[in-house]
Amino acid sequence: MLYISVPLGKFVRRVSRLRGGGSALPGLVVEKIDPGFMKRTLSTLPLGVAVVSGTNGKTTTTKMVVELLESQGLKVFTNRTGSNFTRGVAAALLGEVDWRGRLDADVAVLELDEAHAVHFVNQVPPRYCLLLNVLRDQLDRFGEIDKTAQLLQHIASKTTGTVVLNREDPRVARIADTVAGLEVRYFGLDDSLLSTFPNDDEMRAAPGSPVPAAPAKPHADVVLRRVGAADADFEYDGVTATTAMKLRGVYNIFNAAAALTLARAIAVKDAASGLPAQGQKAADNDGLLAALSQVAPAFGRGESLVVDGLPLDLVLVKNPSGFRLGLKSFPAAGYATMIAINDNYADGRDMSWLWDVEFDTLRDGGVDQLSGSRAYDMALRLQYDDVAIGAVETEIAPALAAFISGARDKPKRIFCTYTAMLAIRRELSKITTVEVVS
Amino acid sequence: MTPQSDSGLPFEHVLPPEDSPAPSKGTIRVLQLYPRDMNIYGDWGNALVLAQRLRWHGYTPELLEYNVGDEFPADVDLIVGGGGQDSGQLVIQDDLLSRETVLKQLAEDGVPMLVICGLYQLFGKFFKTRTGSVIPGIGILDVETNGTDERLIGNVAVSSPEFGTILGYENHSGQTTLGPGVSPLGTTAKGTGNNSADGQEGARYRNIVASYLHGSLLPKNPALADFLIRTAVERKYGSFSPGTPDDSYAVLAREHAARRPR
Ligand SMILES: [Zn+2]
Repeated sequence: MLYISVPLGKFVRRVSRLRGGGSALPGLVVEKIDPGFMKRTLSTLPLGVAVVSGTNGKTTTTKMVVELLESQGLKVFTNRTGSNFTRGVAAALLGEVDWRGRLDADVAVLELDEAHAVHFVNQVPPRYCLLLNVLRDQLDRFGEIDKTAQLLQHIASKTTGTVVLNREDPRVARIADTVAGLEVRYFGLDDSLLSTFPNDDEMRAAPGSPVPAAPAKPHADVVLRRVGAADADFEYDGVTATTAMKLRGVYNIFNAAAALTLARAIAVKDAASGLPAQGQKAADNDGLLAALSQVAPAFGRGESLVVDGLPLDLVLVKNPSGFRLGLKSFPAAGYATMIAINDNYADGRDMSWLWDVEFDTLRDGGVDQLSGSRAYDMALRLQYDDVAIGAVETEIAPALAAFISGARDKPKRIFCTYTAMLAIRRELSKITTVEVVS
Repeated sequence: MTPQSDSGLPFEHVLPPEDSPAPSKGTIRVLQLYPRDMNIYGDWGNALVLAQRLRWHGYTPELLEYNVGDEFPADVDLIVGGGGQDSGQLVIQDDLLSRETVLKQLAEDGVPMLVICGLYQLFGKFFKTRTGSVIPGIGILDVETNGTDERLIGNVAVSSPEFGTILGYENHSGQTTLGPGVSPLGTTAKGTGNNSADGQEGARYRNIVASYLHGSLLPKNPALADFLIRTAVERKYGSFSPGTPDDSYAVLAREHAARRPR
């Protein structure tokens, strides 16, 4: 079976590529004819499997972990194409294994959607997991935030080595209590930055309303101490190091602390104890920081394009915390602003979340253009926050054209949901060079 | 992550400085029930809409909060409460029972109230979980709720004899059955509503509007918001003289929302 399934799967993969098809079909084929393929292949990796999950920032964080580990000379397998479900991992594996089914890598770092991660870890218990956050995002699919936290807890429970947790997200930090016997490492934030990370539960806490006293915080392996315009301070091993950053937005840089913690757990741990694991090179923190400074954002998460010689930023927004962070991370002054809100399945159909974001920071300059299938929900939201609105056009293409021609002399910023972002990139690619992601 | 209540961000805009030179026609005290634990799915939007529309009608809103353990404020004119996670409901349960008398009194006195989802359920007689344990409600509404395995999720349109078409979004697994002491808010034209059997949504009793709909509910349903406002003003001042809010975005948002899939 082994010698048939891999060539057959690879063949299907090639054919479906030629036909421009998605990445899941070959995964489906190999799963059907050789259900043990994924587990068998991944279990050969000397440093095992690391799973990255959580509501926000999986893609960029996974990309960072991969680049950090590669800076340490490790060969890393990852599901780069955003196939963040089990079948997608199988499909990505097919692309990497040789014709005999062997995978030439030291470690796998896999981005997995919360619900799919549960299926995955039941088949392949990971050695490491990195759990980022539980935010109000996927309520359409899972019903409740607490349910999402349970999914993450399940991932932790199947992990065999080290669990890396967000110290500042109570639902994630709490998972530590349920994983007796495993190594737990945290990534954390300086107190001065906590206010830029609203918690969904307490987003509405009014000034003066008593906030329950936080319990003493555990030690964090990596703490983000400061975020500058183009650099950041990270504290680890008792020292604070400053590094340049290409990534923009506080939340991306907090995820860099997460990536650094996982990369250190995988690559630095054994070096620090003088026992390099499996023959890998001794890892060095300077090398990790240098690699971190070079990481560019993943597809669509706060990327900057150039239109008419001026920057055009795309900021992906998909839940209230993300939108608030986006507004806070990218000040409106001097920019023309557009917001595009779709309610397709991938965006979430429920518009309630728009009412959990304050838009008062847009009051000074107003919003030039609104678009998307729920453009008028957004208009209504802005009206109630006394934010002036230029124009509303539900169709993305004419809205984008009007936005660009109406603000030729200004840098531009577009806050958009996932499918709106895809449509905007498609339109933009007709007038500017958009980074091609495969 | 720990919130910074002193960051000043969340509530800055709630009561922006009066920009209309006209003297206020009066002050209406709007109480949010348990905003700390029951504020999921944009429930804040309902409080914001009440505050802004009061202003647009020429009145001064005063937003109050009641959280677990707080003193219950006096002279409340309008009450609004939202949904929550199961965990949020557990946190407020005992506190709510301790406020049964005052809330019942206010309800019988005709204070307008909007209770959504979780608080709709707890304003009823009880919530019986899937495992059979019974969470007592405060029994203002003659309704009972049973937890199920089925989650009812999606866009909803309701035909209401009082308010016309009501648009919103539901997301609940509790199924609520109405007793003879209440009437339904309306019948569902799209979506499920109270339960998967009888095609009805929400409950009406005195000046209470109870509903499963998020969205938030009030922004896209200004008729409902103005009912609550008018009732509060008339109770306090004898008569209501409305302003002229610009509802053109609400009208368009309704048109587009009504065309979206379930
Ligand atoms: Zn609800």
